[in-house]
Amino acid sequence: MAIEVRIPTILRSYTGGAKSVEGSGDTLAGLIADLEERYGGLQERLVDDSGLRRFVNVYLNDEDVRFLGGLDAPVKDGDTVTVLPAVAGGTR
Amino acid sequence: MRYDSLLDSLGRTPLVGLPRLSPAPTARLWAKLEDRNPTGSVKDRAAFFMVSQAEKEGLLKPGSTLLEPTSGNTGISLAMVAKLRGYRMICVMPENTSAERRQLLEMYGAEIISSPAAGGSNEAVRVAKQLAADHPDWVMLYQYGNEANSLAHYETTGPELLEDLPTITHFVAGLGTTGTLMGTGRYLREHVPGVQIVAAEPRYGELVYGLRNIDEGFVPELYDESVLTSRFSVSSADALRRTRELLDREGLFAGISSGAAVHAALAMAHKAAAAGQPADVAVMIADGGWRYLSTGAYSGTLDEAEARLEGQLWA
Repeated sequence: MAIEVRIPTILRSYTGGAKSVEGSGDTLAGLIADLEERYGGLQERLVDDSGLRRFVNVYLNDEDVRFLGGLDAPVKDGDTVTVLPAVAGGTR
Repeated sequence: MRYDSLLDSLGRTPLVGLPRLSPAPTARLWAKLEDRNPTGSVKDRAAFFMVSQAEKEGLLKPGSTLLEPTSGNTGISLAMVAKLRGYRMICVMPENTSAERRQLLEMYGAEIISSPAAGGSNEAVRVAKQLAADHPDWVMLYQYGNEANSLAHYETTGPELLEDLPTITHFVAGLGTTGTLMGTGRYLREHVPGVQIVAAEPRYGELVYGLRNIDEGFVPELYDESVLTSRFSVSSADALRRTRELLDREGLFAGISSGAAVHAALAMAHKAAAAGQPADVAVMIADGGWRYLSTGAYSGTLDEAEARLEGQLWA
């Protein structure tokens, strides 16, 4: 079972520089726990006591997971999960 | 239509159907043309409301200095209002914003302070906040946190949409300061049961994300997640593709955030059509394509423009 997880530059130190890793799980929480086994320390950058960290955005197939159940969002083989820092901007 | 002055003509923008892009006769897209505002963008609404509110609160006097972190459209709007009301305007924006924006700002008499391209608009916010602290007599209206920004949309954009499209099922807009979605979203959710408020967030480039310490990210103070029903991350490639489709198929010359919004709007409309549900999807056309011409977004093939622009569209 493979779910592609795209890692932002700022967290690639946890994945040995890899910008994309694979993981498995039935929910986002499970997926993150699975990644933690191979990339120790990553989970703490993403999650705190109240759930997903405030300045971390996670997208499941380009949709913000906070609208899909957050850490309980179901994930499956073939999904793409993208992690990005929270920023806000404008157009050039 | 006749108005006493330019500022009086603000808002009441056209809502035009997009019959060629809409997936089905019962799943329709409706474009709200915000380029038909005094300086050509949706930001005119926020700028006018923020300045008016500050005047009501006694924060501005003739000759006051306005300071604002802005990638351009808000600065242009504020510069116009400042010119007409007699204020000095200073804009802080990333050094890689397009030439047209700088030109327009200078034409309106604004002064520009460039912030580093790395860190994008959020770096501009940091620089502006520091300048505001160093100059307590300057007034930073602060579009990312000023409730008058979202209030402008609650009081004008929302009601206009409901009046023109009583059967509205979805409102889709780009997500930046979040003002448009918060204000319009709140109004529509109060008046239309079940309406979907959908954010199209640009997928920024490395420069904008690159320097961020993940614990020092930025969420605009205006943002209230509970107003939205979904939020999509839209790539530059998809935003560009849809911007060109708007032009090629509907004759509509729109800016790139409009392409991003249309991408999400089409997803909503297709989903409804597939489910056999009617949909009237209002989509925000925040500005025309004029201010992006120098980026090359409209030149050459789509592939060429995508390659040229990847990571360059947003600041």
